Amino acid sequence: MIDRLDPPVRQRAYGRGGINRVESPLRANSVPYISIAFGSMLPFLLIADVMPIAPPLGFILFLGWRLMRPGLMPLWAGVPLGAFDDLFSGQPFGSAILLFSLTMIALEIVETRFPWRGFWQDWFTAGLAIVIYILAAITVSGATLSAHLFIAAIPQILLAILLYPLFARIIAWLDRFRLSRTRRIE
Amino acid sequence: MAPPSSRRSGFSRKQQYSVFTGYLLATLGALLGLALLALSLWQPGAMQPLRGGASEIVTPAGEASATIRAGRNNAAESIAGYWDAASQNAQLRREVEVARIRLAEAEAVEAENRRLKALLGLSTEETTPIATTRLVGSSASSARRFAYIGVGAVEGVEIGMPVHSERGVIGRVLETARSSSRVLLLTDTESVLPVRRASDQTVAFAEGRGDGLLRIRLINLGLNPLDVGDVFVTSGAGGYYRPGVAVAVLSELTPDGGIAQLIADPSATNYVNVEPIYEPLAVEASGVNARDELTQAELED
Repeated sequence: MIDRLDPPVRQRAYGRGGINRVESPLRANSVPYISIAFGSMLPFLLIADVMPIAPPLGFILFLGWRLMRPGLMPLWAGVPLGAFDDLFSGQPFGSAILLFSLTMIALEIVETRFPWRGFWQDWFTAGLAIVIYILAAITVSGATLSAHLFIAAIPQILLAILLYPLFARIIAWLDRFRLSRTRRIE
Repeated sequence: MAPPSSRRSGFSRKQQYSVFTGYLLATLGALLGLALLALSLWQPGAMQPLRGGASEIVTPAGEASATIRAGRNNAAESIAGYWDAASQNAQLRREVEVARIRLAEAEAVEAENRRLKALLGLSTEETTPIATTRLVGSSASSARRFAYIGVGAVEGVEIGMPVHSERGVIGRVLETARSSSRVLLLTDTESVLPVRRASDQTVAFAEGRGDGLLRIRLINLGLNPLDVGDVFVTSGAGGYYRPGVAVAVLSELTPDGGIAQLIADPSATNYVNVEPIYEPLAVEASGVNARDELTQAELED
């Protein structure tokens, strides 16, 4: 189906505003990247001395944006976002570049198989991706691998999976903010 | 949500090329990541300037959150204190009585120590900390256990310096930037610390397990002389840490030593001290290989 480029004002979603308001392209294109970068920086401020406890927030937001807005970020978006995440995560530089890019490719392939999805299926996909990401991140972290290390990651994994719906709501809110009609046409 | 129809390439040659290019770039990105990962595992310091610059930027925010964290800890403690104030008060009174007696005894021991050292002609030197700072951040989502402190090369912090809290050892400086540094905590799996039992000279290594506990490995194997509740302090071997600082309490016995819990909990501390390397000569000597040859100038010395 071919969509109309500019639907009639009454049918437009995302905020009321006047008839002379449109979405701001700067906001529409920057909000996903800024929120993911902010998510990468946030776990830095928590003190976890005993075991990893904070969910990998940068990765979860990246995953959420990818699942909820397919095609918004280019396929190679994992490289810059992963590089930024690596600066703050404590992982060896390059691990997030690799894992974010592989996630992007894997989701693209999954999506051609199952083009129509609902929230529960998204949660399942995200949960699976989070488990694989955290286990892979431990494997490449440069730590001496032992069973204790993986057992200590279980709370982090559970927390990350259970918090995904919350992050999905936050992303939905950010998406409304992203597409709200703020720019005035003269 | 289903993919928008614009992403189905169909028969459009242009669309097909752009989809292909996307896959190509993503694959190249993954390979770049793999190469960088291999580089940083092989040469951990390779990306240090980048990481240092990044931590410089977040450190001010970390200072603010550290201040809030300190306030929050105090508030929680003061609320918890109301629950059993009366019985706790009585118990604390008894403990203070005993502690006063022990303090007097310790003063006597200290005086005797000073006298004996003077007799032997040993100089007693106090180590003054290089800097006092807060922990501003940590690698909370990674399997590695790093912390970040708000002082760096400008304040004179160097790689290898031990970091202490008022309760005991926390870790040592791994990387320095201009005004922030990265600290390897004792609980990291790559951290090894020479320790001895506080009550005698049983020496061991305390290795991080990655799950918050330390593994105590005895150097002299044989009958395991340890008991649950033994306190371990730094032995001073290796030259980084000054001897006699509290490290861990044994909580479980194993055939070759035991499992111990940390005494200095980094998340509960307010301020930490960065101390100078205890014996720089010993650290330098440990870097010399058996097969290194002396240069001509060193031979003449």
